[in-house]
Amino acid sequence: MAETITLNVNGTDRAVKASPDRMLLWVLRDELGLTGSKYGCGEGQCGACTVLVDGSPRRSCITRLSSVAGKRLTTIEGLAQNGELHPLQQAFIDEDALQCGYCTPGMIVAGAGLLMKKPDPTVDEILDSMQGNVCRCGTYNRIVKAIQRAAKAMKEARP
Amino acid sequence: MTDDKRLETILEPERYELSAGPLYCFELDRREFFQLMGCGLAVFCLTPRAEGAETIDERSFAAGQRQPAQIAAWLHIGEDGVISVYTGKAEIGQNIRTSLAQALADELPAPFDSIRMVMADTRLTPYDAGTFGSQTTPRMSPILRKAGAAAREALIQLAAERWGTGAKDLKAEDGKITGPGSKSISYGELTKGKQLMESIAGDPEMKQSSDWAVSGRSIPKVGACEFVTGEHRYASDHALPGMLIGKVLRPAFLGASLKSADLSAAQAMEGVTAVQDGDFIGVAAPDLPTAEAALLAIKAEWTRPDSISSKELYSHLVSTAGRSDGAKESGSLETGFSAAAHTLEAEYTIAYIAHTPLEPRAALAVWQDGGLMVWTGSQRPFGVQEELQRAFRLPPEKVHVIVPDTGSGYGGKHTGEAAVEAARLAKAAGAPVKVIWTRTEEFSWAYVRPAGVIRIKGGVAEDGSVAAWEAHNYNSGSSGLRPMYEFPNQSNVFHRCDSPLRQGSYRGLAATANHFARESFIDELAHAAGMDPLAFRLKNMRDERFIGVLTAAAERFGWKESKSTPERGFGLAAGFEKNSYVATCAEIEIDKNKKRVRVVRVVEAFDCGPVINPDHLNNQIEGMILMGIGGALFESIEFANGNLTNGRLSQYPVPRFKDAPAIETVLMNTQGIYPAGAGETPIVGIAPAIANAIFSSTGKRIRSMPIQPELFA
Repeated sequence: MAETITLNVNGTDRAVKASPDRMLLWVLRDELGLTGSKYGCGEGQCGACTVLVDGSPRRSCITRLSSVAGKRLTTIEGLAQNGELHPLQQAFIDEDALQCGYCTPGMIVAGAGLLMKKPDPTVDEILDSMQGNVCRCGTYNRIVKAIQRAAKAMKEARP
Repeated sequence: MTDDKRLETILEPERYELSAGPLYCFELDRREFFQLMGCGLAVFCLTPRAEGAETIDERSFAAGQRQPAQIAAWLHIGEDGVISVYTGKAEIGQNIRTSLAQALADELPAPFDSIRMVMADTRLTPYDAGTFGSQTTPRMSPILRKAGAAAREALIQLAAERWGTGAKDLKAEDGKITGPGSKSISYGELTKGKQLMESIAGDPEMKQSSDWAVSGRSIPKVGACEFVTGEHRYASDHALPGMLIGKVLRPAFLGASLKSADLSAAQAMEGVTAVQDGDFIGVAAPDLPTAEAALLAIKAEWTRPDSISSKELYSHLVSTAGRSDGAKESGSLETGFSAAAHTLEAEYTIAYIAHTPLEPRAALAVWQDGGLMVWTGSQRPFGVQEELQRAFRLPPEKVHVIVPDTGSGYGGKHTGEAAVEAARLAKAAGAPVKVIWTRTEEFSWAYVRPAGVIRIKGGVAEDGSVAAWEAHNYNSGSSGLRPMYEFPNQSNVFHRCDSPLRQGSYRGLAATANHFARESFIDELAHAAGMDPLAFRLKNMRDERFIGVLTAAAERFGWKESKSTPERGFGLAAGFEKNSYVATCAEIEIDKNKKRVRVVRVVEAFDCGPVINPDHLNNQIEGMILMGIGGALFESIEFANGNLTNGRLSQYPVPRFKDAPAIETVLMNTQGIYPAGAGETPIVGIAPAIANAIFSSTGKRIRSMPIQPELFA
């Protein structure tokens, strides 16, 4: 049965009327119009739907609405601040770390989550944390470089 | 290689790529055209075969006639200086939105940012057969360059008339015409208040690649910002007021037909429209859970066709071999084999694999005023339009297909299933309907890269030259079957077979299979002749560019210094396809249990002529090496009892971060020719390079794609 559930998405409370069993991905896309998070596999295997829940990457295609009520959600639409790209978004452009771009929102959200926990990740840490995200165009090496570039830019920006 | 032979290679028929359908017609007359576009200068580019046969001039528009159909592309320079280019090609991640604009910016010349590409929209853009076969760069790009050159000449003429000077004293640069006495006027200013139409007559001279200023540079991806912010809307992201979500009931078995169905329970659900039309059954509902529940409520019985399993696949293919395309022969095999000191035979197998584009098939359809409008992800917008016309018996002007920049294709999005399904459901529901295929649907009901069996017999003379070469390809296709090596006596035959799965195009298509078999077998011959694989290949090559890529890759890789051990192997392969050359060197590691191969380093040299965008080309090459690693090491569609047995991403491994080797590319950047396409050929070398590296390390010859680890354990 549909209930009214309040989600905190990108810093704003949004009320949605939906069954608590529904998957977060489709509520974001179909109910809230936030289509940046993508459907890729529906079983948490590709990472195209990745969002941050209280700062940690989660696969929204297998995350039930009931499990995120009252938690802080960040989607790709919420990463840029005051019209300025997140350093990782900028790094993706600078490293040309995309081709078709369909995996890109999930990659960037997952990478941004990693950088919040580990501001200066090693290559192995990047590989470990990104292994669950698929890019069929094969831009993996460029994505690793983009994460390193963003880490450097964020380090330099810190006072 | 002679020109004739080269042409034959380029034009080698692609079995799975459909040929052009009906030609496009504009509906606009001249007055309407400029009402829509605003004043300015329009240049129409005829398709190569129409050039000289027809010209577009003001009279044909003034008379209210339709434009001649054979338009390949057109551009419009507006009063505001914005240059709009209209082409039916689709952007699917290969970055032609960037590279085509670079070509035009060179030719006009104009600032890169003043160019706006309007692509893949059946109402706005001219007919185009599709974005495949690495044809955008060799075919569409010169058409736009010629349009640019014609526009440049027209603008110079306008300025000459305005200033009363001779055209030869004027120069076009950076969006302006300049002349003696620091005269300068922008293109937009020149076209102000004018309604000018030009068609390309004759063959305007294009700039030589050595004179390119914008092409040849790594211009960043156009629209990159929209992709990294999630703002770009793929077909699956589009929505309309009152839109319903559509789902289609799939048959219980591959190839099954419907025996009976009961839709009453679904029809009774609130807000649900359930449709049966022949074998098609689908539902439309206000939201996804309701649509899924409605689908589950439908009871259907399906026939169960006889089927084979993937275990029997290769014997099935060979035993059903029917019509061949005829042997492509030269010299005499008999003479060749009698001169051979060593004769070998081998059989290679290539599994079915799935494109697995991360954006599955998706479409949003809406009917209005008796016409149909569809947003879908596709490599063939006009092909989808034709499918919709056929399905609903509509004339072309009633079907409008819009293809937003698409979440990749790799040859897997030539068909319009989701568009037809969404349109059928929208018609029944009387509301817009969006259908997004699930990943499982994409695996089972899209099409796969053809599987194949390739048999080769070869003879090598005492001096290491290949005296005889006989190759048979069963089912996977003819592209890339003919060797680029100088084999005096050869025969190459493609046999058509019965494919148990629906098969279709794929990046590089059969060239990957044919190169895997050929480059592996050449290694076998080299070994039989006791020669180094590099030296053996060079001994049998004459084509300078072929030699060039192989030498460049081997040098960068350090081939001479690479000594294999039981845990580490080195292999190489060379190839030619779609008028471009590639050579790939791979270094692999084998773990101690002999269970797993890891590709640690790859060097690839690529020659597609002059490079338009080095960084984007590198990105393509790197991506193809990754995609090729999947087919080489682990991708294989398995099936039994009428269904796929691994049709989910959790069961079908694709390359991931940790599969990526260190990759170095060598871009040959050969000048003096027009560039070839680059989205396919770089995939063909990696699988044989890996297999040859495994042989160098273990002495075990791999003859299957994907490689079965137990074969070298």
